[in-house]
Amino acid sequence: MGNVLNQIGIENYIFLCVILFSIGVFGVLYRRNAIIVFMSIEIMLNAVNLLFVAFSTYHQDAQGQVFVFFSMAVAAAEVAVGLAIVVSIFRNLGSIDIDNLKNLKG
Amino acid sequence: MNTLLAITGIGVLCLLFEIANLRKAIVPFTVVALLGTLGITLSDYGTVHSHYNNMIVTNNFSVSFSALFIVLTIFLVALSGDFYRKTEAKISDFVSIKIFLLAGAVAMVSFGNLSMFFLGIEVLSISLYILAASQRLNIRSNEAGMKYFLMGSFASGIILFGICLIYGAMGTFDIQEISELTGSAELPEWFFIGIVLLTIGMLFKIAAVPFHFWAPDVYEGSPTLTTAVMSTLTKVVAMAAFYKLLTGMNANISYEYEMVIMVVSIASMTVGNIMALRQTNAKRMLAFSGISHAGFMLMTLLNITSSAGTLLYYASAYALAGIAAFAVILYVCRDKENEDIYNFNGLGKTRPVLAAVLTAALLSMAGIPIFAGFFAKFALFSQTIKAGYLVMVIAAVINSIISVGYYFKLILAMYTKDSTEEATKVPVVFYAVGVLSILINIAIGLYPSFVINLIK
Repeated sequence: MGNVLNQIGIENYIFLCVILFSIGVFGVLYRRNAIIVFMSIEIMLNAVNLLFVAFSTYHQDAQGQVFVFFSMAVAAAEVAVGLAIVVSIFRNLGSIDIDNLKNLKG
Repeated sequence: MNTLLAITGIGVLCLLFEIANLRKAIVPFTVVALLGTLGITLSDYGTVHSHYNNMIVTNNFSVSFSALFIVLTIFLVALSGDFYRKTEAKISDFVSIKIFLLAGAVAMVSFGNLSMFFLGIEVLSISLYILAASQRLNIRSNEAGMKYFLMGSFASGIILFGICLIYGAMGTFDIQEISELTGSAELPEWFFIGIVLLTIGMLFKIAAVPFHFWAPDVYEGSPTLTTAVMSTLTKVVAMAAFYKLLTGMNANISYEYEMVIMVVSIASMTVGNIMALRQTNAKRMLAFSGISHAGFMLMTLLNITSSAGTLLYYASAYALAGIAAFAVILYVCRDKENEDIYNFNGLGKTRPVLAAVLTAALLSMAGIPIFAGFFAKFALFSQTIKAGYLVMVIAAVINSIISVGYYFKLILAMYTKDSTEEATKVPVVFYAVGVLSILINIAIGLYPSFVINLIK
């Protein structure tokens, strides 16, 4: 495994993860469908998880991989809450387009 | 560590009370149990322990801030009995979520490892998403929950990326080891990018300009008690955690970073105050007031080696005044559809005690003497001048003067206008919480050195 990392180089892992993370960020900023926004947040978190594993191998240290478990558990809890909010919005409004959420302004 | 265990235990017990059909007992039990936890926490004062391989480190900083959070939670739980009277069947959920939120908050100030910090911030945030969206038939609450969820998890992603880059640079999550490594070796540039991303994420959570845009909407739409949690407890927690992160990881903050903090701080004060002037909704106004107070609290980061006591003092003064103000707002807007300022008309004649409490709370936030808010600002400003940031203090003083304008808008509505409706009976808990928090506020105003010297 360390051999593969040496051949590819840690920088390339960082670039890949930054690109994935940016795709997630742009998804959150530009997409209007709540489910797709959630998916974009997941892409952001998973890009970071990938980088954690790469760094963990790079440093020959298991802590990074353990952290991935923490962050996966947290992401699952977060999405569970988010989907519950989406369901209650859908019941009230009949749509999950976040452009419809315009009641609060000032 | 004992604090964290005790708090989690109380949360689980709250859920069990639901099964045993003891809903009436939940609020009194929780208040008493939290008072006990406060005692356990304070008994750790003056000692330094680390638990579970440095995951949790208790020292004077964490003990003092944990005690403040527990006091705030006691007030918030005491208010929830009346607030959730229409949905009493679910009260154990609401109370236990607040308790778990407190567990996250305590983890955020007593972490010794970045993974514990991340877990703490997520436990706190996820509990708040639930609380913000907890009126599920009310579209405004749904919208607030959705906006807070999107912004919050976006910020969490950025924080996680920051932690990841710091790990990549250092090869460890332990704060102690990171702090030793920052002094010695040549650092990869990832480390600094990581610090910047972590800062951005924390500024999101504190709601400082330019990452403040979610705050007014979320504060307005959430149920009023949740707004009270956000504007008092969460803001203070996020600020304390940010302070601890920066002191733990690189105490020698570079000049460029200080410039960024200065600009963010001045921008938060100015934008918060100027936007607050034109608000008609009391909750929205307090949201902008919270943004400007975040700016004030960020000033402590300019003098980071010695300002922990000042941060604790400012945070206590602000949060206790906030609790008192929200106790009155909760009563006034009990059965109202909105929280506009005209609801407060004539409160000075119909409910003189509550009007006095709200006036005192607002005067403390504005920084008028005898209340703790004044001494907090005084300590903060004199410390910042000593550190050599005169421009910063001039901007802060001008902003304090502007802030008097919108606080008095509410005070004038209470005393000069006539009430349009009949007074209803006031549950005694509003008096108790409001008067008690204002009394603590005045008490720490009379003995500022006691609080400031808690963290040396």
